[in-house]
Amino acid sequence: MPATTLTNSYDAAFVAEVRRESEQNLALCYQCGNCTAGCPVSFAYDFPVNQIMYLVQTGRKMEALTSHAIWLCASCETCTTRCPNDIDVARVMDVLRHMARRENLVAEHSIHAFWNSFLSSVERYGRVFELGLMASYIGKTGRVLTDADLAPVALRKGKLTFKPHDIHGVAEVRDIFKRYREHRS
Amino acid sequence: MSRRYAYYPGCSGQGTSREYDSSTRAMCQELGFELIDIPDWNCCGSTPAHAVDHLLSASLVARNLAIAEDMDVEGIVTPCPSCLKNLKTSQHRMLRPEFHQEVQRVLGRAVRADLPIKSVLQVLVEDRGIGWIAQQATAPLTGLKVVPYYGCIMNRPPDVMRFDDPENPMALDNLLTAIGAEVLPFALKTDCCGASLGTTRRDVVARLSGRVLDAAAAAGADAIVTACPLCQMNLDMRQAQINKANGSSHRLPVFYYSQLIMLATGQQGERVGLDKLCVSPFSLLESLGPQAGEVRS
Repeated sequence: MPATTLTNSYDAAFVAEVRRESEQNLALCYQCGNCTAGCPVSFAYDFPVNQIMYLVQTGRKMEALTSHAIWLCASCETCTTRCPNDIDVARVMDVLRHMARRENLVAEHSIHAFWNSFLSSVERYGRVFELGLMASYIGKTGRVLTDADLAPVALRKGKLTFKPHDIHGVAEVRDIFKRYREHRS
Repeated sequence: MSRRYAYYPGCSGQGTSREYDSSTRAMCQELGFELIDIPDWNCCGSTPAHAVDHLLSASLVARNLAIAEDMDVEGIVTPCPSCLKNLKTSQHRMLRPEFHQEVQRVLGRAVRADLPIKSVLQVLVEDRGIGWIAQQATAPLTGLKVVPYYGCIMNRPPDVMRFDDPENPMALDNLLTAIGAEVLPFALKTDCCGASLGTTRRDVVARLSGRVLDAAAAAGADAIVTACPLCQMNLDMRQAQINKANGSSHRLPVFYYSQLIMLATGQQGERVGLDKLCVSPFSLLESLGPQAGEVRS
């Protein structure tokens, strides 16, 4: 973990915000490392999850929000399940993603693009249209070969449809997105 | 007595996991459950929604809850653990009145959020019982060695999911034993497969799902049995990708538990959807003997 400097020192507002949005008492974490011991994606993280908790406790906002770890977290809930102090660690990871997104500090662009494509599909059709989702993701990232090897298999098995599964109440779903954006703005 | 539930199929049930959906519907019909689709249900938002905003996630879920509240049912069931976690977590968070109000404002209608929400697996085990299901297994899967793979979130987080043990769940173990399969101990039964990172970070899924495949093979399993569409897709459709990345050569069929219950109760055909599996299970099933060998027809 990098040394604390003037640019990454304690940000009290950040700590308060994570605490408020996650509804978790971050001070309860005594760094036992149980979360990291159980985390399946730790091998790919820049900071293991107990260090993310430490960055939050010590108010090091930029390091926490620009980390790759918060995007690679698979939301498997193992950390939350095993925390001896009942901290919902996975929820803290979720909240850090929300904040990084709001502040344009996203470190993993392809994952972020995939999620945006997914939600666009939900907003447009009411349900996820897998083929449209892949096309949108490839359009956003330029990764034209993404899962190109799976497409023929999925097609042969009748698992890809060319028509979106739109629902009658799609206007209601779009209104949910609209009111949510108004609420957050 | 038939039990009536509102059914939330989830988006993958219409695409990549259509055999899970069709075999679940057929299994429930066979075992005396009446599943009524939540009319005009919408996507729960899955991981992307809760990773973006909990209010958005809960509001997408709440539209489905509100529709189901107008139905004459005893609760909501879904086969998909990811949908299940979103539905139950949102309901759980709506216990806080302030958040409940916010969700209703974004949804634009009232929602009580008080219907019981369970996995299909849970109602099978709780409403019918393992012993009763064992009696229905007229074509037991004798000789089939399997490992049960629950995935990470079927039972987690425990205070929200409230079913089975979060570290060593047994529902699938018991169910598969009841229908005659030989269930091998499996240490990785709740370890994550890499979930939705398959598209964006194939390396992560190759490692995590690769570990599950390696452990299943090392345990001596003929097949893996899942209850999760994303786990199944990663282990089955991506098995060739994973083999290539890891230099392995697995050819392990990955069943949905609902498919095996159908086979063990003597049901076959299109609804079971064995031909939808990417790693073909047919030679394995034929090797079990004449009874299971009929599955092709």
